[in-house]
Amino acid sequence: MSSWLDYTINGLIVGNVYALVAVGLALIFGVSRLINFAQGSIYLVGAYIGWVAVVQLHTPLPLTIIFVAVAAALVGLIIERFGLRPLQNSVRIAPLLATIGISFVLDQLVMLTFSPNPRALPSQLPDIRFQIGGGTIGPLDLLIAGVGISSALLLFVFLRYTKLGWAVRAASQDRDAAMQMGVDVNRVNQTVFGIAAALGGVSGLLVGMYYNQIDTAMSLQATLKGVVAEVVGGAGNVPGAVIGSLLLGLVESYGVAVFGTSYRNLFAFLLLVVVLVLRPNGLFASARQAPPEPLTGTFIAPSRPVRIPRWALAVAVAAFAILPLLPVSFYILQTLINAWLLGMLALSLTLVAGTIGQVSLGHAALLAIGAYTSALLSLTLNIPVGLAIVAGGLMSAALGTILISPSFRLRGHYVSIATLAIGEIVSLVILNWESVTRGPIGISGIPPLSLFGYDLISPASVYWFAYAVMVVLALLQSRLLGSHLGRSFRAIRDDDIAARAYGLSLNRYKSLAFIFGGFAAGISGGIAAHLYSYINHETFNTQQSILALTVVILGGLGNVVGAIVGAVALVGLPEMFRIAAEYRILIYGIVLLLLVRFRPQGLLGTI
Amino acid sequence: MGQPHAPLLSLRGLTRRFGGLTAVDGIDLDLAKGGLVSIIGPNGAGKTTLFNLVTGLDRPDAGTVNFEGHDITGLSPERLAAQGIARTFQLGRVFGNLSVMDNVLIGAHTRLRAVKPAVPVIGPLLELGLALLRPSSVRDEEERLREEIKAILARFGERLLPRIDQPAYSLSYANRRRVEIARALALKPRLLLLDEPTAGMNPSETAEMQTLVAELKAEGLTILLIEHKLEMVMRLSDRVIVMDEGKKIAEGPGEAVRGDPKVIEAYLGHGLSGTPEQESAA
Repeated sequence: MSSWLDYTINGLIVGNVYALVAVGLALIFGVSRLINFAQGSIYLVGAYIGWVAVVQLHTPLPLTIIFVAVAAALVGLIIERFGLRPLQNSVRIAPLLATIGISFVLDQLVMLTFSPNPRALPSQLPDIRFQIGGGTIGPLDLLIAGVGISSALLLFVFLRYTKLGWAVRAASQDRDAAMQMGVDVNRVNQTVFGIAAALGGVSGLLVGMYYNQIDTAMSLQATLKGVVAEVVGGAGNVPGAVIGSLLLGLVESYGVAVFGTSYRNLFAFLLLVVVLVLRPNGLFASARQAPPEPLTGTFIAPSRPVRIPRWALAVAVAAFAILPLLPVSFYILQTLINAWLLGMLALSLTLVAGTIGQVSLGHAALLAIGAYTSALLSLTLNIPVGLAIVAGGLMSAALGTILISPSFRLRGHYVSIATLAIGEIVSLVILNWESVTRGPIGISGIPPLSLFGYDLISPASVYWFAYAVMVVLALLQSRLLGSHLGRSFRAIRDDDIAARAYGLSLNRYKSLAFIFGGFAAGISGGIAAHLYSYINHETFNTQQSILALTVVILGGLGNVVGAIVGAVALVGLPEMFRIAAEYRILIYGIVLLLLVRFRPQGLLGTI
Repeated sequence: MGQPHAPLLSLRGLTRRFGGLTAVDGIDLDLAKGGLVSIIGPNGAGKTTLFNLVTGLDRPDAGTVNFEGHDITGLSPERLAAQGIARTFQLGRVFGNLSVMDNVLIGAHTRLRAVKPAVPVIGPLLELGLALLRPSSVRDEEERLREEIKAILARFGERLLPRIDQPAYSLSYANRRRVEIARALALKPRLLLLDEPTAGMNPSETAEMQTLVAELKAEGLTILLIEHKLEMVMRLSDRVIVMDEGKKIAEGPGEAVRGDPKVIEAYLGHGLSGTPEQESAA
């Protein structure tokens, strides 16, 4: 059973790398109750800085490590100073959105500078293997273990024996009390971000060397893995994060041993969901914690929504309805069809993230469920396309709600993590469940849109179909918001404890919001599948989730008209200005950051 | 002290520990129907934790809570709200982005019938369907509740009615407390727990609140009150319970408790006198 020893060693080494990311996340969470979604981007930046150092500057290994640590720490300090410190006194959702925006901006900057193609990052160590028992171990394995253990030791000494370390621990136990005792919380934050970023950057370098390859997809994976490890260990618990990381490394390694490489991530996210369901405070938290303090201030920015008169809305709806009758180009219709599809997704997300306050980062998974259901039903069972799309919506509503239900008792950032992980699980299941989803090949030859036996081929007919569906969904959602459910959802968002004290069951109302929202997203995915005629597991990716989130923030959380205005703006404006595709995500990230900072209530205001 | 009927609410040996600290330590309490019992004590005595244990926001480590003869220990806050227990919060937990009307309508949530048919399993889906379709039964129910809530808001004079459509975050601190009490009344509670209803209010506002609580008591509502303003406590309470460091150190009619040396020591011994505005949450 020598291979088992190999898998164990491999698991521990990979776990050690995760620990470098997770410890940084835990430190930041401890001090500022914030899950830093940009941690993976710093890891990515670290890997590429390492590549520059090794390949272009030919620095020796110790120098490379120091160089990467310092450069990454600088990035961390910049993020803290300009991205997060201005948001210190804003609503709770703001820093969460800011780190998401920062992560996209950093990833895109790296991608634009170095191109998205993978690069080789040569290990600067001799390629020899030592026999240990039945397994082997190389110098890089030892180095990774060494860096992991020594940075844990250094961190321990820092937190335990230095004045600044005490300040960090004091601030993480009680921020207000620490401030009153004269602790400079800004300096503590800076320190923590610097340390976390340095660890993250070095971790990226080592992983790049370990696999001898770096690419821009590393970022999201690292954030996810680090967050999984941190949550498993208990958010904000530094030793817990280390143990959680090793556990995650082992679970993945054994999972790969039994089922194969493509299941690696699936195990990570299943571990996360299991921990969130069974022990939401992590494996090492005491079973019963003090009840949460009453939270002052609300989750979202208070604002009065912009009142748009009914006649103006009616005029706008009519104007877009007659648009195909006017001499407009195919290109404009095509762009607007995309906007309507995104609008449906945004309607769904604005209900879930805005109205009931569950900021979902995996919303594209609902598109995928709807698209695959509709495509497979119409292809294999010859169900009429119109019906298949409705079935896609229903499947998305049902399956989406069931999948997300474990996260119903979570709050704020944890919901975002859970939805991100669930989105990844859906995509991995689609990739691996070949007998049903056709795996990596994807589904081709999906029949075109048709209604009552008539194919919708002309751009105008497709336009009217997508537009009509979106308008109907928007009207339904407005009606929902005007009912007792609208106020119940918003009450849960504003204060779930007070809501429960007045008899509102969180499970019941979060389920209803996801059922309604899942239906709209599934319909959007279903229409998209028949429009594209080919889909695979990457058609509906995290970028679409983030785009939808940006649309929702731009329009105003919970705002139905805002969701559609936001979709038209974010799809239309880049087209109008002919902005190249690779710059678009960068722009979405920057728009998100600017909105959070300067107009958190969005264009039309929060409802 | 004499209780002609079985008490509406009865606590026995209620205990809650946080790590090494015993925030609530073996509290016994009986509250007769229509009675008003006040809980006083220095900051951090465990009063709010006791409220959390009674309303299901926290579970006791030991002891029982009985309500109308049923053991309700450890039930969820949703279930307890449905049984007619309403509370206000010490720090004023209104729904900031909801209008005054919507805030108070949430208080009536447990009384919705037409839109929330009591059907197992598919009940939530019916609720979604009814909310979208809104047949006349649902519209009538909503309309009735809105009228009723205007009547509740009218109890606060001109404080809330003119602001009925304003979001709660735009209200003054005192008005938020009033919205909370209105929300609790909209539940038609059989037991009302008020956690420092006059915190942050000036003397005339406090007097107004005192009149309102007296009215509610006269109407037969059973009330458990946490309050620091002793004058109000003395005037309203049938009985006063004094807590210190989680324990009940005195109980009895207001005047008797006031002169109790243990009570004086608890207040003065902690270096506190007068009427502190807030207490720390534990």
